[in-house]
Amino acid sequence: MSVLLIAEHNNKEVKPFTLNAITAASQINDDLHVLVIGKNADPVAKSLSEVPNVKKVIHVDNDIYENYIAENYTPVILKQAENYSHIVCSANTFGKNLMPRIAALLDTSQVSDIIKVISEDTFLRPIYAGNAFATVKSTDKKKCVTIRPTSFDPAPTSGGSAEIVKGENTNPSQNTKFIKKEEIKSDRPELGTARIVISGGRGMQSGENFKLITAIADKLNAAIGASRAAVDAGYITNDHQVGQTGKVVVPDLYIAVGISGAIQHLAGMKESKVIVAINKDGEAPIFSVADYGLEADLFDALPKFLEELNKLNTIQK
Amino acid sequence: MKILVAVKRVIDYNVQIRVKEDGSGVVTDNVKMSTNPPDDNAVEEAVKIKESGKAKEIIAVTVGEEKAQETVRKALAVGADRGILVKAPCTIEPLAVAKILQKIVEKEKPDLVFMGKQAIDDDCNQTGQMLAAILNWPQATFASKIDVKENVLEVTREVDEGLETIEVKIPSIVTCDLRLNEPRYASLPNIMKAKKKPLEQIDASELGIDIKPRIEQIKVEEPPKRKAGIKVSSVEELVQKLKNEAKVI
Repeated sequence: MSVLLIAEHNNKEVKPFTLNAITAASQINDDLHVLVIGKNADPVAKSLSEVPNVKKVIHVDNDIYENYIAENYTPVILKQAENYSHIVCSANTFGKNLMPRIAALLDTSQVSDIIKVISEDTFLRPIYAGNAFATVKSTDKKKCVTIRPTSFDPAPTSGGSAEIVKGENTNPSQNTKFIKKEEIKSDRPELGTARIVISGGRGMQSGENFKLITAIADKLNAAIGASRAAVDAGYITNDHQVGQTGKVVVPDLYIAVGISGAIQHLAGMKESKVIVAINKDGEAPIFSVADYGLEADLFDALPKFLEELNKLNTIQK
Repeated sequence: MKILVAVKRVIDYNVQIRVKEDGSGVVTDNVKMSTNPPDDNAVEEAVKIKESGKAKEIIAVTVGEEKAQETVRKALAVGADRGILVKAPCTIEPLAVAKILQKIVEKEKPDLVFMGKQAIDDDCNQTGQMLAAILNWPQATFASKIDVKENVLEVTREVDEGLETIEVKIPSIVTCDLRLNEPRYASLPNIMKAKKKPLEQIDASELGIDIKPRIEQIKVEEPPKRKAGIKVSSVEELVQKLKNEAKVI
């Protein structure tokens, strides 16, 4: 049978993580259909129909679907579910909120956050914040799977011409009401998706000293992270926390400054492509995961680092 | 108002996980266990709501082996009034936990159910949403702020783009983010008092539901190791390596 992927979008554009999820979904079975639930979301349905991996787009449109309310999305998805062997979506806050509600009503034990498709029913997923990998096989008839977007490349977005069909509306929930969404307006990239992340730990000694990190983040167009120790010490707010109990990040470049490398921090960043550690303690565990370690006092090293960056003719953005 | 808080006993977040050589799982013998961190936030929030006079009773519940009652005792020590341990085998999937909690909800009739957004062992992030689904209750996941109003909760949620605020009718399920509050420590006198608070034990097999795993764990392995890196001697060298060797800046 076919795979149904639930698209995430803002009614105008497809969210990038949906494209990564499409890649994984078409590895499960290449008869991939995408469900777009939204308000005036025709441009979304159209752009998804042009993704070559997508064989069919089902578009359900109504004013009640302007915002993501899992209680409103779920009955629409359940109506479609009988035709599919797999229901999938991205494992970000969108999919994490939505998929278990669908799975429970299908009486399916969900497979969360897969990083590899081994076969139609067998997947690889990280447990213990990536400190172990589990190979799991779903024995449920209908499978509900969420996909870690950063583990799959985004699907190409042009060249396809899937048909778009209209799907059926259902009644909205009376128990949940959307009030507002405050998008964090920042010139900086989001921590979870940034290409470069620079993080500070307890070694920063104060919140004030984070300005050394900010200056480099500005230069590199990087997101700013922190260890739990820095957050607990009050240097920075906990939305910056990288680690098992914070955000898990996989940037191209991760720069850990004044971070010793507690297990809980490593769990949140050790899958980064290139890791730099700057620490004055040469024995700090962070060096064991670093591609480039610099044993130095960060208060000397950071201003110099900025100086060196300023000397470069070009910096990748 | 009555609040049910679900807590889970997991390997402490500061422990280095070791994978068993036979690939059957991770080593849990002689390993420090504690309450799943965001479950502490869930307990804290319930206690705060009770302290504000908006809730009368807090019940802490866990599902797991005999020892999991430590987690309930800890919740009792920070302010829950009574506890429930539902005894079940170690491997129990979120769907089964949700079905067990459904039975507890039917019996206890709470107005709110709180729990952490995710357990740091299996990292599933499912139980709260699944419980909401089978009870047909609204769900407010990843909560970083909860306002208890007349018959409704206004909940601020941590989402990828920033913050989202929704209103859910009571009864409802809330899964808690670490940003929700700062969990308090239990004082010694309160730990002593908690030992006297009632803790009911129920065997999951008495609840008449199917809790058999549906997901077969084929193997657990160590993630691929990173190859050893190098130490650079100066900032200049570091920047040159990043530019010309790693090509990331």
